[in-house]
Amino acid sequence: MHKKVLLLLALTALVLAACGASTPSGENFTFGVILVGPQNDHGWSQAHYEGGQYVVENLPGAEMIVFESLNPADKPEATLEGVVDEMVAQGATLIITTSDEFEEDTTTVAAKYPEVTFVNVSGDDALTGEGPANLSNIMGRMEEMKAIAGCAAALTTQTGQLGYVGPLINHETLRLTASAYLGAQHCYETYRGLDADDLEFTVSWIGFWFNIPGVTSDPTEVTTNFIDTGVDVVLSGIDTTEAINVAGQRAAAGDAVWAVPYDYLAACDNAPDICLGVPFFNWGPDYLALATAVVDGSWTQSWVWSGPNWADLSDLDSSAVGWLNGPGLSEEAAADLADYISKLASGEVAVWTGPINLQDGSAYIAAGEVGSDEQVWYLPQLIEGMNGPSQ
Amino acid sequence: MSSKRPFIQRIWPLLPGLAALLITTLLLMGMGTNPVDAYAAMWQGAFGSSARLYSVLAFLVPLLLAASGLLLTFKAGLWNIGIEGQIIMGAIAASWVALRVELPAGLQIPLELLAAMAGGGLWALLAGVLKTRGGVHEIFGGLALNNLAILFTNYLIAGPWQPPEGGSFRGTQTFGAHALLPLFDNSRLSLLSLALAVLAFAGVALLLTNSHWGLRLKALGKNARSAFLLGVSSQRELLLAMALCGALAGLGGGVRVLSWFDSLRQSISGGIGYLALMVVLLAGFRLVLTPLVAFFFSAVLNGSITLQLRTQLHSALGDILTGILVLLVLLFGNYERVRNALQKRRRAQHG
Repeated sequence: MHKKVLLLLALTALVLAACGASTPSGENFTFGVILVGPQNDHGWSQAHYEGGQYVVENLPGAEMIVFESLNPADKPEATLEGVVDEMVAQGATLIITTSDEFEEDTTTVAAKYPEVTFVNVSGDDALTGEGPANLSNIMGRMEEMKAIAGCAAALTTQTGQLGYVGPLINHETLRLTASAYLGAQHCYETYRGLDADDLEFTVSWIGFWFNIPGVTSDPTEVTTNFIDTGVDVVLSGIDTTEAINVAGQRAAAGDAVWAVPYDYLAACDNAPDICLGVPFFNWGPDYLALATAVVDGSWTQSWVWSGPNWADLSDLDSSAVGWLNGPGLSEEAAADLADYISKLASGEVAVWTGPINLQDGSAYIAAGEVGSDEQVWYLPQLIEGMNGPSQ
Repeated sequence: MSSKRPFIQRIWPLLPGLAALLITTLLLMGMGTNPVDAYAAMWQGAFGSSARLYSVLAFLVPLLLAASGLLLTFKAGLWNIGIEGQIIMGAIAASWVALRVELPAGLQIPLELLAAMAGGGLWALLAGVLKTRGGVHEIFGGLALNNLAILFTNYLIAGPWQPPEGGSFRGTQTFGAHALLPLFDNSRLSLLSLALAVLAFAGVALLLTNSHWGLRLKALGKNARSAFLLGVSSQRELLLAMALCGALAGLGGGVRVLSWFDSLRQSISGGIGYLALMVVLLAGFRLVLTPLVAFFFSAVLNGSITLQLRTQLHSALGDILTGILVLLVLLFGNYERVRNALQKRRRAQHG
C-alpha cells in the first residue's frame, strides 16, 4: 500500500515538474518589429532584426513580422500608424518600434490599440509618464561599451587624434559620444602615460542616423575628411558602416588608420584588419523576455536600461550590450583594454567620475562623485575638451 | 496588312503595362513568392478597408497637385525638376504660418494654404527667372533649388523651430490643433485638400483645353522661336507656367505638413515631386490619364506596405514595379516612334 502511494506521489511530482519546466509556447503569438533602416545594414537595424530572430528561435511557434526602412526619405507613403494597423490586423500582440524617430508616433498609436503591447526602443515616455499603460521603453546600457571603444582607440592612436562620426544631436548621442571620450582620456593617461589634454577628440554630426543623399552630410566624406586631417582612429556612432569601410580602403592604400564600428556584432567583418573592436547591441535576450511576458500575461509597463553581463561581454544569451575585440587591436593594447574592462566590471573605475565639466565650461559632475543614471541619460551637452557642436 | 495596323495601334499603350506586370511577376516568382498572393496583398493594402482607401487618397492629394502643375510646365516645354523643392518650400511656408500666426478659425487654414502656394510659387519663379534671365537650364537650377530647400528644412528643424524638449532630427515642434486640417474619420485624409486637388486638376485641364493662354503655352512648348515670332511673349508665359506649377506643388507641401504629418519633418516630400514627374511621363502628358496614373501610383505604393508585411519580401517592390513601368512606357509607349525606329533600322540593314 505504502509503495503504491509513493509511486503515485512520485508520478504526480514528475508530471508537475514537467509542466513547470516546459518552455512557454509561442504558438499563435505574432510580434512586429519596425526598423528605421534596412534589416541588413550591418548596424543598428540589423541588430534589432537579429534580436527578433532570437525570439523566433527560442519561443517555439512565435512569428515575426518586420517592416524595414520606415523613414520619410525612403517611404514617403508609409506612416508608423499605417504599418501598426497592418501588423495588428495580422494578429501582432507585441510591436517593437526600434528608433527614437518613432517615439512620439508610438505613444499616439499605443493609445489607439490598448490591447496591444508596444515597446519603443531608446525613448523615455514610460519613464516620464507621457506614454499610455501599454507602452514600455527599452535601451541598452551602451555607455561603458562606448568607453571601452574610446579606450581601444586611445591605446592605438599614433597621431593622438580621434574622430567620431556622429548621427544627430540628442541626449542619447551626446552621452554615448561623451562616454567614448571619457574612456579614451582615461586610457590615454593611465596606460600610455600621456597627457589626456593632448588627445584630440572631434565629433562630426552627419544629421541623421544614416546617410540620406542630399539631406545629411555624407559619412564617407566625413570619414575621409577626418583621415585627411590627421585622425588615425575613426569611431562610428551612426547606424551604418561607412567609417570602417573608408578606413579599410585607406589602410589598404597604405595609410596607418583604424576604425571602431558600432551597433552590430559582426560589423568588424567589413574591414577586419583595421577593426579595433565593436561595441554592440544584443537585443535577443531582452526581446525574448518581453515576448515571453506578453505570452504568459505577466508583462507590466517598464522603462528598461539593460546592462551588460560583465562576466562575459560576448555572451549572446545574457548580455544586452557587449564588446568584441577586433583583429586590428594589438596584443599590448588588448592587455591594457582587458585591464580597463575588468576594472569597470569590478566597479574600481567608473566612466562618469567627476570632475566633469560641460562643453560650455559649467560644472556637471563634481570631483570624486560618480554621475547618476539621470545625469548620464540626460546629458545636455558634450563635455569640456571635446571638439564639435553640442547643438 | 493595313487592316491590322489600327488594332495594334489601339492596344499598343497597354503593352508596356502588361510587360511590366510580366517582369514583376517573374521577379516575384524568382523570390519564391506566389505572385497571385502578392498582388492580392497589394490590392488589400490599397483597397482592403475604408482606412486603406483613405490612406491612398491622402497620399494622392500632393501627388495629384504636383502632377497637375507639371502638366502646365511640360506643355510649355519646361522640365520642372525643381518641383520637389517647390513642394518643400510650400510645406515650410505653411509651417511658418502654423507655428507663428494665430488667427480666428475661419482664417487660419486659408492663410496657411495661401502661404503654401506662395512659397512653392515663388521658389518656382526663382527657377524660372534663373532660366529666362540667367540662362540656367531649369533642370540644373531646379536641382540646386531642391537641395537648398532641403538644407533650409534641416536648418529650421535643428535650429529655430526645434521642439521645446530639444533637438531631434525628426521634425519641428507640433502645430496647435487649430492650425491642422480637419481629418476625415480618423485617417490622414483631409477632404478639403482632396477637393482642392480635384479643383486644381480641373482648373489646369480647363486652362489647357479651353483658354487662349493654353494655346500660347502649347505654341511655346512646340517651338519657342516660332511662338516668339507669332507674338507670344515667351518669358512671361514661361514664368507664369512655372509659378502656377510651383503654387500647386507648394499647396501639396502644405497638405503634407497640415494633415499627413502635424509638423515640418525632414524629407517632408520624400520624392513626391519626382514621383509626380513619373506620373506625368507615364500618362504621356495626357490630361485624362494623369489623375488615373497618380491614383494608380498611390495605390501601388500603399499596397506595397501590406505586401512587405505579408510576404516579407524586399520593401522596394512597389517602387520597382512603377519604375519598370515608366521605363517601358518611355521606351516603347509611343507606337509611331517605335515603328519609325524599326523601319529605320530595317532600312539601314538593307543598305
